[in-house]
Amino acid sequence: MSSLQSTEAVGGAVRRFKVLVAKMGLDGHDRGAKVVARALRDAGFEVIYTGLRQTPEQVALAAVQEDVDVIGVSILNGAHIHLMKRLMTKLKDLGADDIPVVLGGTIPVPDLEPLYRLGIREIFLPGTSLAEIIEKVRKLAEEKRSREEAVTGVGGC
Amino acid sequence: MEAASIEALLERAEKGNLRALGRLLTLIEHPTPHAIQILERLAKRAGRAQVIGFTGIPGAGKSTLASRVIGALRRRGYRVAVVAIDPSSPFSGGSIMGDRLRMQEHASDPGVFIRSIPTRGVKGGLSTAALAMIEVFDAMGYDKIIVETVGVGQSEVDIINAAHTIIVVTMPGAGDDVQALKAGVMEIGDIYVVNKSDKAEANKTAAYLQFALEREDIGRRESGWKPRLVKTSAVLGMGIDSLVDVIEEHWNFLRESGWSGRKVEARRILMAKMMAESMLSAKVMEAHMESLGYLEEVARTGEGIFRAAEELARRAARKMLE
Ligand code: B12
Ligand SMILES: Nc1nc2c(ncn2[C@@H]2O[C@H](COP(=O)(O)OP(=O)(O)O)[C@@H](O)[C@H]2O)c(=O)[nH]1
Ligand SMILES: [Mg+2]
Repeated sequence: MSSLQSTEAVGGAVRRFKVLVAKMGLDGHDRGAKVVARALRDAGFEVIYTGLRQTPEQVALAAVQEDVDVIGVSILNGAHIHLMKRLMTKLKDLGADDIPVVLGGTIPVPDLEPLYRLGIREIFLPGTSLAEIIEKVRKLAEEKRSREEAVTGVGGC
Repeated sequence: MEAASIEALLERAEKGNLRALGRLLTLIEHPTPHAIQILERLAKRAGRAQVIGFTGIPGAGKSTLASRVIGALRRRGYRVAVVAIDPSSPFSGGSIMGDRLRMQEHASDPGVFIRSIPTRGVKGGLSTAALAMIEVFDAMGYDKIIVETVGVGQSEVDIINAAHTIIVVTMPGAGDDVQALKAGVMEIGDIYVVNKSDKAEANKTAAYLQFALEREDIGRRESGWKPRLVKTSAVLGMGIDSLVDVIEEHWNFLRESGWSGRKVEARRILMAKMMAESMLSAKVMEAHMESLGYLEEVARTGEGIFRAAEELARRAARKMLE
C-alpha cells in the first residue's frame, strides 16, 4: 500500500482510514493528542478529534456515530486504568468492541500488562516516533477492514 | 456484503441500534450497488424531516451555533441528526474534522446523531454522500437534520439547495459590508444570522443586512417567504430561542404552502443526478487506468489527445452498459 495509506477504491473514490483521537477525564495535556492527530492527517487519514474532558461514554458514542476504523486515546494524568476500563465496557455495550483501541501518554510500565488485558491493542509511551505510530495505526485499520471484508464479502461495503 | 446481512443491518438500525446506523452510513457513502440497495429500501420512508442547512465563511461560528440549536431543538422534543462537512487537506487528502469538537457535548444524547464527512477530492462525491446521509437519517425518523457546510465551492451550493431551510451565518466585521458576503449568498438564505453579537459591531452588520433584505429582488424567496434576520451569540447562548422560533416558523410556512414536499423532490432529483455523475466518473477512472499506455504515447506528441478523450468516454459508457 502506498504512503497514501488509503484503502480500496470504491466507485472510483478512495475510502480513507478514519481515526478518532480522544481525550478523557480532567486531563488537560492535549499537545500529544494534537501532534498525533496532525501526523495522521498528514499521512492521509481522516481524523476526528473529540476535544478535552470527554467521558468514556461520549468517546464510545462518537466512535460509533462516525464508524471509525481505530480509536486513539491520549492520557497523561494517571487515570488510564479507570478510564480505559469504562471505555472498553461502553464499546462492548454498544456492540463496537471490534474497533481497535490504542492508547498513548505517560503510562507506567507496570500498568501496561493490565491495559493490554483490557483489550487495548497498542500503547505508545512518550518519545515514540510518529512514523511508528502511523505504521501501527494503519496496520490495525487495514486488519479491521479486511476482517469486515471476510465477513461480508466487500471491504466494509 | 450479502443481501441478507444488509437486511439484518437495516433491521437493527430501524430498531434504534446506533452501531448499525453508523455502519449503514459508511455503506452509503459511496454509490456502490449496496448503497443503492439500502437507499432504495429507505427512501420510501423518508420525506418527513426538516433539513436545515448552515452555511457561511469558516470561523463565523456555524458549528458552535449548530450545537446550541441542537440543544434547543432537543428541549422541544425533536430527534436531531447532523451531517458536518469539513474541508480536507489539499496536500495529503487527509483531514482533521473539527465541527464535531464543538458539538461533542451532545454525543452521549441518544436523540442526537452526528456524522462528519470530509470534502474529498472526487467530483460530486461529497454531495452524493451528504445527500444520501440526509435520506437515511430522514428514513430513520430523525425530525430535524442539520447540514453544516464550509460555504465555498459549487458542491456546497448544491447541498445547501437540498435543504428546506437555509441559514446563512455571518459575523460582525467579516460582513460589515453586504458586498463582503459571498456573491449569491444574499439570494439563497431563508434566515440570516449575525452571530457573535456579543461583539461591538454587530448592530452595524445587522443594519446593513436588514437594509439589503428590504430590497424587493433579494427580499423574497420563490416560495413567497421573506427572509428573516436574527442576532445570536453562540458562546453566550443569546438569541438561540428566537432563531429556533424562526426555524419552526419557516417549517410551518413550507408545510402549509406545500413547498416542503417540493423541496424533498428537488433534493432527490439532485441526488439522482449526482449519483449518476459519480458512477460515470468511476467508469472514466477505470477506462483511464486501462488506457494509460496508449494515453502516454498520445500525450508525447499531443496528436490525437482529444480523440483519446472521446475514446475514454466511449469506453466508460460501454463499461456502464456491461
Ligand atoms: C507539557 C506538559 C504540561 C503542559 C501541558 C500543555 C498542553 N497543552 O499539553 C502544562 C504546563 C499545562 C502541564 C500541566 C500539568 N502537568 Co504536565 N507535563 C507536561 C510534560 C512536560 C510534557 C507533555 C507533552 O506535551 N509532551 C509532548 C507530547 C508530544 O508527548 P506525549 O503527550 O507523551 O505524546 C507522545 C506519546 O505519549 C504518544 N501519544 C500521546 N497521546 C497519544 C494519542 C494517540 C492516539 C497516539 C496514537 C499516541 C499518543 O505519542 C506522542 C508522540 O510520541 C509532561 C512530562 C512528560 N515527560 O511527559 C508533564 C506531565 C504529563 N504533567 C504532569 C502534571 C502532574 C501536570 C500538572 C498536574 C502539574 C500541576 N501540578 O499543576 C498540570 C495538570 C494540567 C491538566 N489540566 O491536566 C505529570 C503527570 C503525572 C501523572 N501521570 O500522574 C507529568 C508526567 C510530569 C511529571 N513527571 O510529573 N503539563
Ligand atoms: N465571541 C464569539 N465567538 C464565537 C461565537 N460563536 C463562535 N465563536 C468562536 O468562533 C470560532 C469559530 O467557531 P466555529 O463554530 O468553529 O465556526 P465555523 O467555522 O463557522 O463552524 C470559535 O473560536 C468559537 O468559539 C460567538 O457568538 N461569539
Ligand atoms: Mg464548523
